[in-house]
Amino acid sequence: MAVNLADELSSIVTQAAAADWREAVTLAGDGLVAGGVATNRYTHEMIDVVLQHGPYMVVAPGVALAHARPSPAVLRTGLSWVGLSAPVEFGHTANDPVSLVIGLAATDHQGHLAVMAELASVLVDPERVRQLIAATDEHEVRRLLTEFAATS
Amino acid sequence: MKIVAVCGMGIGTSVLLKMNAEKALRSLGIDADVEAADIGVARGAARTAQVVLTSAELATEIGDVPAKVIVIDNFFDVAEITQKIQSAVE
Repeated sequence: MAVNLADELSSIVTQAAAADWREAVTLAGDGLVAGGVATNRYTHEMIDVVLQHGPYMVVAPGVALAHARPSPAVLRTGLSWVGLSAPVEFGHTANDPVSLVIGLAATDHQGHLAVMAELASVLVDPERVRQLIAATDEHEVRRLLTEFAATS
Repeated sequence: MKIVAVCGMGIGTSVLLKMNAEKALRSLGIDADVEAADIGVARGAARTAQVVLTSAELATEIGDVPAKVIVIDNFFDVAEITQKIQSAVE
């Protein structure tokens, strides 16, 4: 299962400014749109998931996995990466505040499992998360992810 | 044993939970099937399961089921999942 996250991310922004969770999810959606992964409608679908089901997608301390279900707004499976310059609150009981939002769009329930496994193995380490959030450009994020993929 | 990992949409967090729960079960030496489910089908799936893994937010949506509902805070953390499954089945 040699998946390098650096190759799977269709869009990376670092040190982004978001006033609240909605803006942070919108940035992740914008990244999916810029990467040709989804249309703007998917961004609204991701926001609706939070409104309907609460902030359960804050899957680990400081990390949100923004997503909605497979829909016509998804063009292909892909991920976007948004590192925030200042954290935002999602309202999660254990994992707030959030400094990294990963946008996920999938065309089905299975095709992205290897990527999710790699994501989990890199982001389980708080020190790696800290370094990734501190990154100041796309190249640094890709370099760190490649380095972590080699050592995990 | 049947375990259901529940998230809102069935593509993101439940997939993570399923993978990490399978790792946890292997290390505990427990033979169990782990199924990923979205919240829409979770109540039905939970009826035939012994354990449900989910987040605090979704646990309240699942409501009363015969299965033991375990709330996971960090979905990336196999150690947390292992420890919580272990104390649930003992």
